[in-house]
Amino acid sequence: MPLNTSLSFLRIVERWFSLLSKQEVTDAEARCRHHRRRILETSQLLSALHVAPAFSCLEIVDAIYFYSLNATSDTFILSKGHGAMAQYAVLEAMGIMSEEQLNSVCQPGSQIGGHPDRGNPGVIASTGSLGHGLPIAVGLARADNERGSDGTVFVVMSDGEFMEGSTWEALLIAPSIGVTNIVVVVDHNKSISRGEIPVAHPNMLPLAPKISAFGWSVAEADGHSVNEITTAISQRPRGQPFALVCHTTKGRGVSFMENEPIWAYRSPSGDEFVQAMDELADPSGDEE
Amino acid sequence: MRDAFARALHNASKRRDDVFFLVADISPASSLDDFLAESPTRFIDVGVAEQSLIGIAAGIAMRGFRPFAYTIANFSIYRPFEQIRVDLCYQNLPVVVVGVGGGMAYSALGSTHHTIEDIAVMSALPNMTVVAPCDPLEVDEAVHASFGLEGPMYLRLGKAGEPDLTADAPEPFELGRIRKIREGYSVAILGYGPVLGLALDVANALDIGPEERIAVFSVHTMKPLDLKRLAEILNSFERVVTLEEHVEFGSLGSRVRQLAFEQSSDVDVQCLALHDRFIHVYGAQADLRNAHQITSEALVDAVKG
Repeated sequence: MPLNTSLSFLRIVERWFSLLSKQEVTDAEARCRHHRRRILETSQLLSALHVAPAFSCLEIVDAIYFYSLNATSDTFILSKGHGAMAQYAVLEAMGIMSEEQLNSVCQPGSQIGGHPDRGNPGVIASTGSLGHGLPIAVGLARADNERGSDGTVFVVMSDGEFMEGSTWEALLIAPSIGVTNIVVVVDHNKSISRGEIPVAHPNMLPLAPKISAFGWSVAEADGHSVNEITTAISQRPRGQPFALVCHTTKGRGVSFMENEPIWAYRSPSGDEFVQAMDELADPSGDEE
Repeated sequence: MRDAFARALHNASKRRDDVFFLVADISPASSLDDFLAESPTRFIDVGVAEQSLIGIAAGIAMRGFRPFAYTIANFSIYRPFEQIRVDLCYQNLPVVVVGVGGGMAYSALGSTHHTIEDIAVMSALPNMTVVAPCDPLEVDEAVHASFGLEGPMYLRLGKAGEPDLTADAPEPFELGRIRKIREGYSVAILGYGPVLGLALDVANALDIGPEERIAVFSVHTMKPLDLKRLAEILNSFERVVTLEEHVEFGSLGSRVRQLAFEQSSDVDVQCLALHDRFIHVYGAQADLRNAHQITSEALVDAVKG
């Protein structure tokens, strides 16, 4: 069975010019290694943490915050709530969440938990239950229209959320009610708790044409290339809601975590932590 | 009641510019036309998609608007229960979920269209305010009062054509306060929703002459329940009768019995509620009530003790 039948569909990003300079690409790669190390460090304070789901969407979250999001008018929702550590690490790097807050995640007395919670620094919506983020985002975008704002609502979703009916409801409704100021970025790692989507639910694939059929403009990208993600979002056609299906690897960045379901929930033990940090070290000669 | 709701919403939209009205492929009668004509961009029909009805309303409320999410009562809360719990209650957003046809108002459409557990289910949710007006006048008051809330409200409506029961009520409507709608000193009938019409009929029939013995109270706000006044009622009447078009579990009756137990009250409490079973009877609303012994005869018996 082909692992990914959707790669041939609308893979137009390659044809676009690259938005980021070589230096910006290098910076983004260094930043994402740093984010991953911070998540691993936090994981050592806890027995269980969603590490691999955060690694899967890390470049997506970084690309949106650092290159796409207008802080004064745009909105970010991590509908894939179990990727929370990715958002927290990026928020720390941006100075929105403090180091102490990130280190306190899931600890007694902390306000920061395993899923984003409305009221946390930089968090507008409480997510964690799949399929809730997109309808909320459609409401935010629609309300922005009513206020005369030109803000865009960015929603990061897991591909597992495309098994929820509420996601398809909202995909259907957004263009019907004239919502075009919304960008959905799908973390398409093709992995769910009990296995692989191509094996367990092959009819979910390809994802992109299904979203397109609901009246959205759709593109695909390498979900671990900040440059491809940024470029695709920047070059999106206007006048339609936009979805970017990003092909990703769960646990990306640490060899023994990649595509291994156990790392959806586990924190690495001592030796594993050392090896993982080693793999994520910056190349010698580079700055941290 | 749905006309009263649409009128109240339209009136509110004339005073304020933050009213959003969302429906799921349903219209609350022609009374909506005025709202549509004046505020077309603040109306959204999401289609047959109740989860998104609530989710979109939550997003709109996050921006400071006051959304009303309207559909048939059973669809308004059961299909999108988790959206109500997480998007509205957990995040404490001021969305009014409006359920039309609460109880068995859609009597002939079968149990799929009945809403007989809603008060219990909605009352279990932290941050939720639960309101069940007894007549069109209380609907207007409830819509008006909803703007004072910081969090979500579930508003249980009947359907159309309910009579006004409270035009001459001795007390005004006040959200969160049990309201006396008929004077009396001996027996108190407590209830909510249009079934209170039955209570007034029975009280009027039994109280012959100038002396008013049977008081009737509208417990329009089922959450937060006005425990202070409930305690006073338990202390000052010989008998308390609860009447509701709702299953016994998590009902007004169970709350009254609980409080009576907690304060070691020796008052006689009689509870009329729907039985713990779905209804496979068709006909008028009264026929369905009859099937669960919600009748004037049963109420007379309860009042007499």
